[in-house]
Amino acid sequence: MSALILKGKNNDWEMICGLEIHCQIISKSKIYSPSSTAYGSDVNENVSFIDVAMPGMLPSLNKECVRQALKTGIALNAKVNKYSAFARKNYFYADLPQGYQITQDKFPIIGEGVVKIELENGETKEIGIERLHIEQDTAKSIHDISPTKTFIDFNRAGVGLMELVTKPDFRSPEEVGAFLRKLRSIVRYLGTCDGNMDEGSMRCDASVSIRPVGEKEFRPRAEIKNVNSVKFACQAVEYEANRQLEIYESGGSMEQESRQFDPVSGETKFMRKKEYAHEYRYFPEPDLLPLVLTDEFIAEIKADMVELPDEKKERFVKELGLTPYDAKVICENKETAEFFEKAAKGHDAKKVANWLMGDFFAMLNEKKLTLEQSPISAENLGELVELVTSNVINGKTAKDVFEIMAETGENPSKIVEEKGLKQVTDTGAIEKIIDEIIASNPDNVASYKAGKTNLMGWFVGQVMKASHGKANPTLVNQILVQRLD
Amino acid sequence: MTDLTKLTIAQAREALKNKEFTAIELTQAYIKNMEAKRELNAFVCECSEKALEQAKLSQIKIENGTSGDLEGIPLGVKDLFCTKGIETTACSNFLKGFVPPYEATVTSKLLKAGANFIGKLNMDEFAMGGSNETSAFGPVVNPYSKDVKLVAGGSSGGSAAAVSANMCAGATGTDTGGSIRQPSAFCGVTGIKPTYGRCSRYGVIAFASSLDQAGPIAKDVRDCAIMLKNMAGYDAKDATSVKVEVPDFEKFLSGDIRGMKIGLPKEYRVDGLNEEVVAYWDKAAQMLKDRGAEIVEISLPHTKYALATYYIIAPAEASSNLARYDGLRYGNRVDGNSIDEMYINSRTQGFGKEVKRRIMVGTYVLSAGYYDAYFLKAQKVRRLIRDDFVKAFEKCDVILTPTSPVAAFPIGDKKMQEDPIAMWLNDIYTVSVSLAGLPAMSLPIGLNKDGLPLGMQIIGKAFDEQRVFEAASALEKQAGFEGVK
Amino acid sequence: MAVDVDTVKKIAFLSRLKIEDDSIEATREEFNKIIQWVDQLKEVDTDNVEQLISVNENSIQLREDEVTQGQCSKDILANAPMKEYGYFAVPKVVE
Repeated sequence: MSALILKGKNNDWEMICGLEIHCQIISKSKIYSPSSTAYGSDVNENVSFIDVAMPGMLPSLNKECVRQALKTGIALNAKVNKYSAFARKNYFYADLPQGYQITQDKFPIIGEGVVKIELENGETKEIGIERLHIEQDTAKSIHDISPTKTFIDFNRAGVGLMELVTKPDFRSPEEVGAFLRKLRSIVRYLGTCDGNMDEGSMRCDASVSIRPVGEKEFRPRAEIKNVNSVKFACQAVEYEANRQLEIYESGGSMEQESRQFDPVSGETKFMRKKEYAHEYRYFPEPDLLPLVLTDEFIAEIKADMVELPDEKKERFVKELGLTPYDAKVICENKETAEFFEKAAKGHDAKKVANWLMGDFFAMLNEKKLTLEQSPISAENLGELVELVTSNVINGKTAKDVFEIMAETGENPSKIVEEKGLKQVTDTGAIEKIIDEIIASNPDNVASYKAGKTNLMGWFVGQVMKASHGKANPTLVNQILVQRLD
Repeated sequence: MTDLTKLTIAQAREALKNKEFTAIELTQAYIKNMEAKRELNAFVCECSEKALEQAKLSQIKIENGTSGDLEGIPLGVKDLFCTKGIETTACSNFLKGFVPPYEATVTSKLLKAGANFIGKLNMDEFAMGGSNETSAFGPVVNPYSKDVKLVAGGSSGGSAAAVSANMCAGATGTDTGGSIRQPSAFCGVTGIKPTYGRCSRYGVIAFASSLDQAGPIAKDVRDCAIMLKNMAGYDAKDATSVKVEVPDFEKFLSGDIRGMKIGLPKEYRVDGLNEEVVAYWDKAAQMLKDRGAEIVEISLPHTKYALATYYIIAPAEASSNLARYDGLRYGNRVDGNSIDEMYINSRTQGFGKEVKRRIMVGTYVLSAGYYDAYFLKAQKVRRLIRDDFVKAFEKCDVILTPTSPVAAFPIGDKKMQEDPIAMWLNDIYTVSVSLAGLPAMSLPIGLNKDGLPLGMQIIGKAFDEQRVFEAASALEKQAGFEGVK
Repeated sequence: MAVDVDTVKKIAFLSRLKIEDDSIEATREEFNKIIQWVDQLKEVDTDNVEQLISVNENSIQLREDEVTQGQCSKDILANAPMKEYGYFAVPKVVE
């Protein structure tokens, strides 16, 4: 059981949580206008007359945003709605130029689905997806330039968003974290959202309530707005669950409300209630006709789907013989999985996985480098493993070669060649060394023969030393046994 | 020389081609007339200099033999169309001083065809009104006025009056519930609202998106055909515009309507309807019969609900469409202590009474608790109204009705001023056509006993403007109305 | 349905319009008249009738993902009542 159980005076309480996640869609142009979505441009430069809602301006729907939403929906094992429609959500706000947001209300493009998450205890759990719809992002208000004015930059206004709503299936902060990581991994694999929560391209609202274990009804919930990291999301829901417990335990009651998470204090704080906050007056958007998807269009997108983390993981276990744990770690990040596949191509995949997760990650960590910045290419890492499996070098030499690769980025075969590190597999040469060592150490030979068999290690060490570490240890063992026994 | 401003577009075009006069002379003649008749208050912005510059360019093209379809023709533009570099206000105080940095698709098509714009035309504020009295620039005076100043109709009152008084060769109008047809009828000119989706709405300031359509107001049926051909066409910038070919409407003006079935809706013959209107209606039917058409009675059973349906849907969409006028990015700003106060102050000062009334009604019918009872209900009734027409058109090719139950009435009429519903009732014959999205033309049929023009409306099937032109041209030939002043 | 003063006030706020206290009652009366007039739709049987969202019942045409507008902040800001440093400016928005 991964559920968070809160201990009350008289009974146990469980946490109930559902998430609403906004993902900025990766596309060249905005969802309803042909201006750029580029991040970090000059103020109000990526803005069309449509984005600032000039009189007479009309929206048009970006095909790529539809495609990206479909891909995401398919990856979430969710129902693709062939008929979907747009609606206006009406409210006044400085960052909302039209006075309404063009979104989807009764007819979202994606319906119910299921996402499987893995928990630390090895269990899996299914989280239900309620829906996914597409809509437009708002502009950015800047409050800290002037003490008396708010400044508005419309570059972000109109960038496509996917809003994903889950069912209230989460019972612990761990599950929330696992889901967010899973979702982030999926959208990154798909290339539908970059998943960067700290930059705001993926934003999470969490609705939290608690109830005594066994109670069937849901109690009023608090909606924690705009949490911007997985860690904070876990902290926020945990804090909120405990806060609500205190309220109930002290005889109080909850009302539905919006709250904000403060990462500094780790607390959630009450947000001022807006007047008539829920009067959005949704109605069908008359400027955009409903979207009716053809079977061909959907088939085209399905054919274009990339392999998803779960599929990749399964394949790595089945076809490449990786352990489920290794496969999971490697597949969580698309770039890592791709790096691994490249490195493992034609080589011993299990050994490549060991190197990758061991020395390789340790090296990146130590050097504080990202995978992209790695001095060792995937091909070179694979080649290094191959040098060991084909007995060109031994394991010990391989570690040395790895160190050089990490410093210079050189090709391992070249390093081995230049530094003369090839292991000696010539039986004659090894026999010669062994014979010399036996001849010059009669005492130890005698002791060994008298039963001190643990001296074998000493002999191997001598041979390796004399060969400058290049002798094949397997051969050394074999010949020593022949000579001494 | 004859008065050039009395020529139709077709006549002027021919004469220009034959070098009887130049485009510059033609434009000068209209400018002179425009200036001489300022007391009609038809124009809210005069662009004489710009028009003359363009006329000069047109003359070169005419001489080169590279002229467009409307080369050198001076047109007036309803102030609802955004014109690049020319103040565009929708005749609202809110937008005074607003200069669009872009051009509406329809006007840019007209410019491309060689037309020049001699000015922007008066209208009801944001096209909300039926008498041009809601304009921030004051009402337009109907050129047929004698001792008492009469309204020109609305909302395209300036367009109809200007064409009627030969202040421009033709004009653009827009029609949401009758705004082209009713003023055309009041001023004795011809105007067509095309099928919804025929003309792009891009750059036309929105009133009610699912109803708004641009169309021409001109001196006769042929001029409407010429103008519409140069205004219509699919536009990717308007997601509700329809990808259908634009026929050469001038090919449908032979007046040969033998065998055409003309429907007369029995529900339009309401008790207490003005006798002269009934008489002219019967006369028009007889004229068409005389030309070989067959008259059939049809039924549009939901007619009586059209007005209420319209006055729910149009204000609902308007309340949302006008939310962008918040004083933040353009238009009127009155500061306040908070952003909400700024919105409230700017809007309260910037909008006129009728606009505010409709925004409030629209907000109400969309708000929680009322949406189903009003907005959703109206959209359902709208389907019934549309289906009525579909069924009726199984029995006929076009439908003949009066355009308006009344002729032009005095400016400041007390009953109309005090009772908004009384004013709205004037739209009774035009709104159901708008709700069904069908094409309909109004053309003058004769004068009533007070010497005021009455109009007949010819309604066609969706995207069958051709048949409307055929019937209208037959009726025009038969009626021989010579009312253009 | 009769409309009360509180509803008129709420609708005015949602519309971001101010109604002076001395004209609230007149507004309410007029509003009521209009609402009562449109109430006639209740007579119509609309069971099993689907709402008509658009008279044009085709599917929407999709736009190819190309950047063809933007890079015109001067035009974007040209009609702004207040602008500073390339931003639109408004009275402080309290979060």
